[in-house]
Amino acid sequence: MNDKAWLALEDGTIYSGKACGAAGESGGEFVFNTAMTGYQEILTDSSYAGQCVVMTYPLIGNYGITAGDNESLRPRLSGFVVREMCRTPSNFESVQPVGDFLKKHGIVGIEEIDTRALTLKLREKGALRGIISTLDGDAKRLVAKAKALPSMAGQNLAKVVTCGESYSWEEGFKPSDKPLHVVVMDFGVKHGILRCLAAMGCKVTVVPTSTTAERIVKLKPDGVLLSNGPGDPEPVTDAIEAIKHLLAERVPLFGICLGHQLLGLALGGRTYKLKFGHHGSNHPVKDLETGRIEITSQNHGFCVDLKSLPSSIKTTHVNLNDGTSEGMAHTELPAFSVQYHPEASAGPHDSRYLFERFKTMMLARQEARSR
Amino acid sequence: MPKRNDLKKILVVGSGSIVIGQGCEFDYSGTQGIKALREEGYEVCLINSNPATIMTDPELADQTYIEPLTPEYLEKVIAIEKPQAILPTLGGQTALNLTVSAAEKGILKRHNVEVIGARLETIRKAEDRQLFKQAMQKIGIDLPRSVVVTDESDLKAVSRDLGFPIIVRASFTLGGTGGGIAYHYDELRTRVHAAFEMSPVKKVLLEESVLGWKEYELEVMRDYKDNFVVVCTIENFDPMGVHTGDSITVAPAQTLSDRQYQEMREDAKRIISEVGVETGGCNIQFAVHPETGRRICVEINPRVSRSSALASKATGFPIARLAAKLAVGYALDELPNDITKATLACFEPAIDYVVVKAPRFATEKFGEFTLDTAMKSVGEAMAIGRTFKEALQKSLRGLESGKKGLSGAEPLDPETRLQRVATPTSSRLYHIKSALDEGLSVERIHEVSRVDPWFLNQLKDICDFEKTLAAMPLDAEHLFAAKRLGFSDAQIALAKGLKENKVRERRWKLGVRPSYKLVDTCAGEFPSTTPYFYSTYEETGDLLPSKSGKKVVILGSGPNRIGQGIEFDYCCVQASKALRAHGWQSVMVNCNPETVSTDYDSSDRLYFEPLTLEDTLEIIAVEKPMGVIVQFGGQTPLNLAAQLEKAGVPIVGTLPAAIDMAEDRRLFGAALKKLKILSPEHGIAASAEAALKIARRIGYPVMVRPSYVLGGRMMEVVYDDPSLTDYVGRALKAATHPSLLIDRFLADATEVDVDAICDGKDVWVAGIMEHIEEAGIHSGDSACTLPPHSLSPAALVTIRENTRKLALHLKVKGLMNVQYAVKDGAVYILEANPRASRTVPFVSKATGLPIARIATWVMMGKPLKKLIAPAVLRGEVEPAYTATKEAVMPFIKFPGVDPRLGPEMKSTGEVMGLDTDFPRSFAKSQEAAGMLLPTSGSVFVSVRDEDKAQIVPMARSLRQLGFTLVATRNTADFLTRHGLETSRVAKVGEGKPDVVDLMKQRSLSLVINTPSGKRSRADGFSIRRTALELNIPCITNLHSAGAAVHAIAVLQGASMGVKSLQAHYRTLPYAVDLGLKS
Repeated sequence: MNDKAWLALEDGTIYSGKACGAAGESGGEFVFNTAMTGYQEILTDSSYAGQCVVMTYPLIGNYGITAGDNESLRPRLSGFVVREMCRTPSNFESVQPVGDFLKKHGIVGIEEIDTRALTLKLREKGALRGIISTLDGDAKRLVAKAKALPSMAGQNLAKVVTCGESYSWEEGFKPSDKPLHVVVMDFGVKHGILRCLAAMGCKVTVVPTSTTAERIVKLKPDGVLLSNGPGDPEPVTDAIEAIKHLLAERVPLFGICLGHQLLGLALGGRTYKLKFGHHGSNHPVKDLETGRIEITSQNHGFCVDLKSLPSSIKTTHVNLNDGTSEGMAHTELPAFSVQYHPEASAGPHDSRYLFERFKTMMLARQEARSR
Repeated sequence: MPKRNDLKKILVVGSGSIVIGQGCEFDYSGTQGIKALREEGYEVCLINSNPATIMTDPELADQTYIEPLTPEYLEKVIAIEKPQAILPTLGGQTALNLTVSAAEKGILKRHNVEVIGARLETIRKAEDRQLFKQAMQKIGIDLPRSVVVTDESDLKAVSRDLGFPIIVRASFTLGGTGGGIAYHYDELRTRVHAAFEMSPVKKVLLEESVLGWKEYELEVMRDYKDNFVVVCTIENFDPMGVHTGDSITVAPAQTLSDRQYQEMREDAKRIISEVGVETGGCNIQFAVHPETGRRICVEINPRVSRSSALASKATGFPIARLAAKLAVGYALDELPNDITKATLACFEPAIDYVVVKAPRFATEKFGEFTLDTAMKSVGEAMAIGRTFKEALQKSLRGLESGKKGLSGAEPLDPETRLQRVATPTSSRLYHIKSALDEGLSVERIHEVSRVDPWFLNQLKDICDFEKTLAAMPLDAEHLFAAKRLGFSDAQIALAKGLKENKVRERRWKLGVRPSYKLVDTCAGEFPSTTPYFYSTYEETGDLLPSKSGKKVVILGSGPNRIGQGIEFDYCCVQASKALRAHGWQSVMVNCNPETVSTDYDSSDRLYFEPLTLEDTLEIIAVEKPMGVIVQFGGQTPLNLAAQLEKAGVPIVGTLPAAIDMAEDRRLFGAALKKLKILSPEHGIAASAEAALKIARRIGYPVMVRPSYVLGGRMMEVVYDDPSLTDYVGRALKAATHPSLLIDRFLADATEVDVDAICDGKDVWVAGIMEHIEEAGIHSGDSACTLPPHSLSPAALVTIRENTRKLALHLKVKGLMNVQYAVKDGAVYILEANPRASRTVPFVSKATGLPIARIATWVMMGKPLKKLIAPAVLRGEVEPAYTATKEAVMPFIKFPGVDPRLGPEMKSTGEVMGLDTDFPRSFAKSQEAAGMLLPTSGSVFVSVRDEDKAQIVPMARSLRQLGFTLVATRNTADFLTRHGLETSRVAKVGEGKPDVVDLMKQRSLSLVINTPSGKRSRADGFSIRRTALELNIPCITNLHSAGAAVHAIAVLQGASMGVKSLQAHYRTLPYAVDLGLKS
């Protein structure tokens, strides 16, 4: 049995390992994720479109794939790198080993990799383009292929992963006495976000990234959630336009991750690329309003430069590790956003209160309008 | 909020002696805590009865009280020191219970002392089963169904309701003492009865069984701002039913999905917030049903714990240090992460390796027990690897129990094997391995053992690979693959029928070497500057560069075991301090997660690695030290010394040849002869015939033991030919070196322990300790006193002179411990060990002189004359006070074991009593050891014939002190004949009430029972065992009885005082220089 696989980076680094997913060749930007649980949520998070994910925790697949924990209909990442893939998972909810899941969805995976060494390289050099192959072990050729890959910057990946047409989401819906309607702009939305909204009693309509503000307003939403998504926010120009209109209409807005960046751009700010981004579920963030720290789930390579924003925008959350801004709110308009993932999945549930904050904002708006 | 300024002085409570369930983890946490508090400018005083701790070093706290951990002594300390606050959360269950009891007695209120770290209400809510249950019900946390009983009626109804098996737990006990599992009604009654005896609050919890469920632990922290972090998750290999201290445990949790884990985390957050832990760390245990996922909270500990020490070592997150800072008012986001220096403490560590902890049992001392909810292991080894398989194998070889990694148990028929797989014992893992090798399926093994299939499949991977080892070519690719699964050179060698060093030579030639990776708290996300490493087989390592300065490697002592515990870790930490104070770089190697030595700031560089030859040689190869210190870690590094030297590693201090000369009885005997040092007649035998011949020449009784053993293992006094033949049969089977030492047994002699340091020119006798128990009782189990209280000046002169001659002759460079027996004025040498001994910390505390540090400097080439004052060197000055060390025994944990002392060491720890004279310091040492000498009541006396004459004056003194005497017929008649009024009681089984009944009725307050030969053993056994279980002081030898009588006289007089070490040292006739400033 030939199960060899290779991994090459644009800087010339070559690793050899064993295939643990689909056969083939696939490349993208390499990022590492430090979460110790939640590989399934990471695999199915559309925000990883165009990226190869290196898991720093060495044992992956221990509890297999469990029912009800996917974050999208299918994985969108380009490749998966682990130290040891478990072929005999154990958990009462497990339905399938991770290797089988990868094969089913055509995701190339490689194991037996010194993922710590790779992580340190990515930390030092920043996110690098690279390729995983089960077909070709020639170092030179692989490195050349890695170098030929397009950069993340400038790509509108949201367009690739967004839904084809709008749909409503009902899973996890819990009726509430004050029904609310939320339209979710899908830039690659994680199902965890939809579940959180539904659990709060929201009727959820998910619309594609290209949906205009006019069509959204027609849906009579109580609020619009700007979802997470992959890649660079700048090329997602149609959405930025739509958000500007929604702001003008004073529709309550809640941005998450890419949605946060798009809101920043719509407000006239700038975004920039971080060296190796934040990918993990242990990032401490301080809520400047309450002074409390929440342990958050994060997954982003780009960031909003809050200094570039008008004075009507205040910073609401700060990353304790590196001091970067993690959240903002408009002082006059009902709009706020965070760079991290309040829905968590994977990660601690410390930030779910933000959905409540969104709800309060929507209810206030509802009340104001009915008056 | 920054730190509180209303507090100036804080009293820290230690955990006392090392006992099963409370190991050196509390020295680690206490030491961290005290440092953290002093760093903030607080004055810190400490009370702890255990001298073998780093925390009781005089430079750690501002005032150090080595006093018994009782409310009375605590109050005395408080009255002198007047602290504003008391911090009880770093000293284990002992400190927590002591503080609660002090509060209940009104002591804290009376002196206006605030409890910090955990409020009393919080402690009660967490510890009192009923309050805890109410709290959990309030917030909807699932618990096992349970009932609290306060008396022993109604058990029938309760058992019908809960269904068997039923878990029995006593409230407010440590390590699950007094708990157990009852499978039927009779067992329930027995267990409940025992639990009532143990519980200080007389409450017992009966609980629905969750046996076989998956067990998890979360180590969490919370601050007053309600910031909450999970430091570490732990999953147990052994399912529910085995105490977590006896389980193989793994960090992080392996088989929970993120959703399942986050729900558990949310539960933990609500639990800690409801219980009210808001300034510190907390341990929360969960059980998860393997098929339904039902999750219940098993228990919580609102304090740092053994698990939090493990979590700290596993993640690099210093829980105790931060807990101390939170206790004085900081919030988590105001404190830095010491490992990265760049981030804050308010985060959840991400780890990129797997940590396995394996328990070490004292099977060789107490036999094999079925494991249950009362902890029985005496130590643990932790290992870090990039996979579970690697970490598990490393942890198993780190245990030093003879296994070189995962290996099988003895051959058994399939039925017995299955039974051994089903029953949790200290060897179950090895039976599972054998069962897998024998073809039993993972499913079947899971079915009977309830061990999660994930773990079993991991074991199977190891077994499957192992089968290929024999035929495996020794090329780089295959060796690398084997090493990545954690196989040691020894395991590979065994499979291939080669010598271990041949495999190593081959591996080195092929360049298959470990890489060292960093424990950095953040899985590589941020750069870290703390040199804390583990080995693995990967393509590259990330070893941090060394600072300048010559490096010295210190080999630690590995897992705690009886005979080798905290005392040696104390010495290793001292050595590191000494080296660093003089500009050398210290490199520590150890695998015991409980210790101070494995704290990342105890040394310049830390390797968390097993102490095997292979692992040590690899570290030495990368560190290239100027030398290696093997003297301080007990037998563990000493056993490696010769091989290290052979491999060209420079040994610092006494050379292995000298160690061998002391250990080899032939060479040693020749040296003694040459030096004209008297020793008991002896001989060496390798067969039963030779042994009998020697014994007859010397004359019975004789003391026999195998050479090269630790803690007097298999050491016995033998009285006749048949017993000797029997002994030889057993001993030769167990020994690694097929030779036995036979010595004349010096009955009734006084034993003396000497610690000395030699620099090649001068010899300094640092401490002479006189044992209380007579020769024949292992020195580690004896009480001893410094200075000696009854030795003649002539004997002392001989002891000093012989020690000096011997040290010089053996060319000792560093420490040497010598044991003597003094009988009828003659001084016999029993043995000499050119290394740090168990008594080094005691002597250091008693004299104020940092002996291990001085020894380190001597080993590094400094002359004694420059390190200590001439009068001290000549032994002309000594303390005016007396220090008494008492051993603490673990018998209570081992049902059915005879609680008597003998030549084989059985104690787990020690305490020290410090006072003006011997009777006072002895009395204190007894109180500290939990032996509550009575001041009134009845004394039961039962002594063997040889002791009868000597008991008379003691019995007379007891009568004069107001005690009544009780004895069985023979002794009663004897005492009556000597004019001592004695009431008669029946022997066990010879009528009612018998002596055991009297004990149960609490009509006896002291038992003096000296065991005779084997004949009346059964009777004596039930007396001793009952006394133990009822906590009635029981003295099993005459010398101790004599000391106890004096102590009782003292206790009846004026009340005892307390005094800090620092104050005691001010009375010394010499200067105390701790030598930390070079």
